[in-house]
This record gives sequence, C-alpha cells and structure tokens, in this order.
Amino acid sequence: MMNTMTKVSHTEHHGPASGLGRWFFTTNHKDIGTLYLWFSFTMFLIGGCMALMIRAELFQPGLQLIQPEFFNQMTTMHGLIMVFGAVMPAFVGLANWMLPIMVGAPDMALPRMNNWSFWILPFAFAMMLSTFFMDGGAPNFGWTFYAPLSTTYAPPSVTYFIFAVHMMGISSIMGAINIIATILNMRAPGMTMMKLPLFVWTWLITAFLLIAVMPVLAGVVTMMLTDIHFGTSFFNAAGGGDPVLFQHVFWFFGHPEVYIMILPAFGIVSEIIPTFARKRLFGYSSMVYATSSIAFLSFIVWVHHMFTVGLPLMGELFFMYATMLIAVPTGVKVFNWVATMFRGSMTFETPMLFAIAFVVLFTIGGLSGLMLAIAPADFQYHDTYFVVAHFHYVLVPGAVFAIMAGVYYWLPKWTGHYYPETLGKVHFWCSFIGVNLTFFPMHFIGLAGMPRRVPDYALQFADFNMVASIGAFIFGFSQLIFLVVVIKTIRGGSPATAEVWDEPHGLEWTIPSPAPYHTFSTPPEVK
Amino acid sequence: MSHETYYVPAQSRWPILASIALFLLAYGAGTLINGLKTETGNIGLVLVLSGTLMMALILFGWFRHIINESMEGKFSPQADLSFRWGMSWFIFSEIMFFIAFFGALFYVRTLAVPWLGGEGEKGVSNMLWEGFVAEWPLLTTPDMQQFPGAKAVIDPWHLPLINTAILISSSFTITLAHHALKAERRTAIVLWQGLTILLGITFLSLQVIEYAEAYQELGLTLHSGVYGATFFMLTGFHGLHVTMGTLMLIITWLRVLKGHFTPDNHFGFEAVAWYWHFVDVVWVGLFLFVYVF
Repeated sequence: MMNTMTKVSHTEHHGPASGLGRWFFTTNHKDIGTLYLWFSFTMFLIGGCMALMIRAELFQPGLQLIQPEFFNQMTTMHGLIMVFGAVMPAFVGLANWMLPIMVGAPDMALPRMNNWSFWILPFAFAMMLSTFFMDGGAPNFGWTFYAPLSTTYAPPSVTYFIFAVHMMGISSIMGAINIIATILNMRAPGMTMMKLPLFVWTWLITAFLLIAVMPVLAGVVTMMLTDIHFGTSFFNAAGGGDPVLFQHVFWFFGHPEVYIMILPAFGIVSEIIPTFARKRLFGYSSMVYATSSIAFLSFIVWVHHMFTVGLPLMGELFFMYATMLIAVPTGVKVFNWVATMFRGSMTFETPMLFAIAFVVLFTIGGLSGLMLAIAPADFQYHDTYFVVAHFHYVLVPGAVFAIMAGVYYWLPKWTGHYYPETLGKVHFWCSFIGVNLTFFPMHFIGLAGMPRRVPDYALQFADFNMVASIGAFIFGFSQLIFLVVVIKTIRGGSPATAEVWDEPHGLEWTIPSPAPYHTFSTPPEVK
Repeated sequence: MSHETYYVPAQSRWPILASIALFLLAYGAGTLINGLKTETGNIGLVLVLSGTLMMALILFGWFRHIINESMEGKFSPQADLSFRWGMSWFIFSEIMFFIAFFGALFYVRTLAVPWLGGEGEKGVSNMLWEGFVAEWPLLTTPDMQQFPGAKAVIDPWHLPLINTAILISSSFTITLAHHALKAERRTAIVLWQGLTILLGITFLSLQVIEYAEAYQELGLTLHSGVYGATFFMLTGFHGLHVTMGTLMLIITWLRVLKGHFTPDNHFGFEAVAWYWHFVDVVWVGLFLFVYVF
C-alpha cells in the first residue's frame, strides 16, 4: 500500500500565484512542465509548417512555390526546430510533470534552476527564428551544419545560430542536471533504484547522455565560430585541419542525441503498455539493462553517419559491427513490449493505440536503420530519401507518437478530466494514416536514388512524392485535432478518478486528479 | 533523511531576468562579432556590455539570496546533497567540453595531418598540396599564404613547467584551506586560501606573458594553422576557467572573512575547491598533450 497523503507543506504558497507572473516566476515542476509542453507544441506547429512548405514544393517535379535557397533554409530550420524545439522540450516537459510524482518527491531537486532551464528556450528560438529576417537569410546548411557549408559558405546569420545553440545547450545541461539530482536524491523512502518506473529510468540515462554530449555540441559550434571569425583552421585543410573533423565531433554529439530523443519514448511506452494489457511489464530488469547498453553503444557508433566520407577500412568495419550490436538491446525491448501484451486483457484507448503504433512503426524504422548500418549498402543509400524515411520513422511515429501517447495517458491526471475518447481516436487514425502515407513511399524513392535536400527531382519519382505530400498535409492538419482535444479536456469533460485507468501501477495514480499543485510534501512510503 | 523539510523555494524573479541577460549577451555577441567584418558592431557592444552587467548583478543577487537562505538554515542535508549532485554533474559537463577540443587535437595529430602529408590509408589527400610534409608541431602549413605557420612553439620546460608546478601546488593549498576550515582554524584558512588565489593570479599572469611571447616573437597565433588553433583554444578555454575559478575563490575567500562557513556547512567552499581541482587536472592534460608531447 502506498501512502496517499498530499498535505501541503508549511510554506506560505499554497496554490498557484495569480496572473501572468505565475508562469514567469514559477518554481513549481507542474507549471514548468506545462510551459515546456506548450512551448514544444508551438515549435511543433512552426516546424510542421516548414515541413509542409517543403512537401508543397515537392508535390510535383520542377520549381513551383519557393526558391532553392529558401528551400534549403526550410529543411535546415525544420530539422533544428523539430529536434531542439519540439521533441526534446516535450520530453523535458513530461519529465518535469511526472518524475517528481513518480519518485514521490515534493518537486524537482533545484526548482529555480528548473525555471531558468525553461525560460532560456523561448529566447534561444526567438533568436534562431529572427535569422529569417537577416541579410542572407536563415541558416541553409542542413540541420547537421557540416563544414565548410556552415563556415566558409555560410550566411552571416550563422553567428546567431551558433549562439542560439549555446543557449539551448545551457538549458539542456541544467535541465538534465536537475533531472539526475531529482532521481538520485529525491526518491521517497523505499523507492529503490530497481523499483523506479521505466520512464524514470530511461530519463536518468537520457539525462546522463545530455550532460555528456551537449558540451561537445557547444565545442563544435565554438570551433565553427573561431574558424569563421577568428582565423582558426579546425575544418580547413589549408591550415592542417580537416572538414571531416567537423563530422566526427558533430556526430559524437549527434548519435547520442538521437537516443536522447528516443529513450524517454521507450520509457513512456513501457508505462502505457502494461496499463492497457493489464499485466506487469515483462522483463523489467532486462529493460533497464537494455536501455543502459543502448546508451553505452551510442558513444561508439557515430561514424556510421559518415561511411561515404572516406575512412580507413578498419574504421568502416568497426563502426558497422558496433552499430549492428544496437539491434540486440533494442530487440530485447521490442520483445518485452510484445511479451507484455501477450495474453493480456487488452483494451485500445488512445494512449494504447499510439503505443502499439509506436512499437510497430518504430521497429520499421529500426530495421531500415539496420540496413543503413551495412557499410557497403550505405554507399548506395547515403543521402537519399531512404535515410529521410528511416529517421522520420523513428522520430515521428517513434518519438512524436510516444509523446502523444504520454499526453493522452497523463492528461486526465493533469486536468482532472477524461479527454474525448472518440476525438482522440480520430486524431490517432488520421495521424497514423498520414504518417505512413508520408514516409513509407520515401523508402522506395530513396532506394531508387532520389537525393535528399533537393527542391526538384527526376520525373520517375513524381507519383510517390505526390503521395508523400498528401500524407504530410493529412498528418499536419490532424494535429489541430490534437490541439482541440487538449483544449477541450482542460476546459471540461467527465471528471477523472484518482486511478484514471483500470488499476494502473505507479505513484502518480495514488494522488487525486487533477494532481494538487503540491504533491508529496510528506513523502509516501513505498513498500 | 529529513524528507519532510526539503525546501521548495517560492516564486523567483531571478531565472527570467537571467534568461533576458543571457539573451542580451548572446544576441549582442552575434551582432558584435558579425560587425567585426563590416565595422558596424557598436550596437552589439552595447548589448554585450549591458548583458554582462545585468548578468553580474543577477548572479550577485541570486547568490546572495541563496546564501541568506542557507544561513537561515533552510537547506536540509538532502538539499545539500542536491547541490552536490548539481556541481558534480556540472563539472562532468565541463570535462566533456574539453574532451571535444582534446578529441580535435588527437584527430588532427594522428590522422588528418599525416594523411595530408601522404601517409596512411587516406594519404591520397596529399595531392591537394603536393610537397606538404606532415610534422607535429605543424610549423609549415599546407597553405602558408592563408595560414602562415609559427616560427617555433612554446618551450614546455620554461613557463609551462613553472605553471604546472604553480597549479599543482594550488590544489594542495586549497586542500589545506579545506582541512583548516573543518578544524576551525580561521587564520590558516585565510592564509592558505589567500595563497591559492595568489597562485591562480600568478598562473594567469604567466599565461599572459606566454601568449605575448607566442604572438610577438614566435608568430604562433590563432591564424597559424591547426597547431595554433588547438593550442590557443585549449589553453585559452582553460585560462578562462582558471579566471572563473579564481573569481570564485576570491568570493568564497570574502565569505570566509565574513564567517559564512562552519565546519559542517560549507558547500559553497567545497564546490569551488572541486572546480579548482578540475581546472588543475585539465592543465595536467594540457601540459602533457599540448606542450610536451
């Protein structure tokens, strides 16, 4: 039995402050979680509009709507905004809302720093978006900003891009430190490490990855800055440097970064599937070890992004086999999710639909990743739409679906109302159909040789591109249904019980819905 | 552990103000640096200066706020542990920042430069600059017009050796100050920590002399190819961290004088000491891999 006491502590602040000041000055993990989630959704719509501009241009071959120069700015900013503005802040928002409750803590370990981590982001992205109005336009070198495109040939706005990346890095590192301190130091008595919910475990490991690699990103953009403005030659062979060095340092950050965007998703799905299968998670400890193994491997596979750049053969072989190893712990996870569902009393509410779609579609993305890991085959796939299909399968029906699953799963706990189930299911099916229409054909046009990041293409790719563009608009506009669902649920709906679902596990279901402004001022006893 | 008393602070104005200051700094730095080429960076300079001033005031106010809370006894041992985790992981992130630059150094030394010189599996890149000979330190760059190499590099057995001795001794003096703090020997703390600060300032002064020598006599600059780039970025960022560490030492020293610390409540002091050991360890790496080998 868990203690469900939620007595508010002795301090003077019993509920939220009134007015706008509440949001600017708050130290409350639930407020800050909410801010992160709305910020992320705003960025998701802005980045989504950029994606739709790309897909509108690619609806037919030839140049119709936008100039190639602007197309490049669209692909670059779409990627940067979705990675740093939409997916990462969404997971941090969910972490802020749920981690203190899940470990039985009164709040995050360092509440004021928590506020600072969030409020840096709107300024960083305001600066990033302001580059559209500068001479030479926004960054146009792709979200991976390879030198020398991002140094010698970059528009002047690259300087602001560099400082925006620094700000995001500061925000992420402080957020990650807060999360680790909360998990390691704020657990209720009896909440041992191997009792932690998997969302907490995956976030612990994600936070470690963030602290390890965000400084490396800061390092690489600093090298860019000095190469551009202060005469260093890190990425210039004329001075003894090497443009390939950029790719090494970038991907040493970049590969752990892609796991930063997927490990919390694993955690969310591992919370949801047991609830709706009405069974305990199959293989809890193997899930923890698999997540740790994936995190470890993420540091020794970065070169698989650069197989075609010209590397010694031993390098190609080592990074090819190391990459393939990742399939083992990932396979353990997929097996465990399926085994959890096996002979469960399954129901298919919206969170479960998103979670099952995650398992299936993420696995497709994982398998195309395995194909890309084969170095000789990658020589063929590199920089084609096959790569675009691969990473969008792991990021959209992977990370984004998991975020949505998490929002539907915990929304009744946050708001105290059930969301409209039918509308939720409509949102799911529109998204599901839209996502597959968009990205599945990209496998074929990629294998057939269509290069990525190009505004025009050969005629034989026309049909599949048209299908992809239609799918993109279906997916994009169905997110407005999501917005409607969330707003309706905040404003009203049938009142949710404390448990919300059918006998779910975890401390978050022992407190009332909506969750009180302050939870666990007296720690619960976890048996 | 005293979970019941974990201090959750009320609303605070410091973080949002700090975000605004950071934004002014970043936007100003961008404008200033972009203006260097066109000589129109004045607004940038104003923004950077106002951002710096604002950030300094905020840090002063924010830390004063926390110190007051600490002296009022608001932080339980559990909160103290949160600060400890926070500082440890912050130092880890700093280490990773230096690893990026050390990684760049090792990569150019062991792979990129030899390949440009025609050695190894990718030696074909020698056709870009035929006749270029790989060497380390890289004094003759592939394109001497664009990146004129240095005449010579800093001799590790003079100033850098002295600096190594200084920084390693300062790690001992700060530890002696810490022991004195735990034993409540006030004069000893003030002296040992004061000595640490002096050693830090001496180190920085010698670095300035070394940089002047590099620029004026040896022609070793940021422009002199990848040796100069890695040399100045690694030692420069290290020097910046020593400056930060020295400032932090001075501030905690003033707090020692004011009697802020007790034998069992002095995390502020310990955090600075940890940071000081970190810059010391980074220096040992620099001395070995940038200067000696």
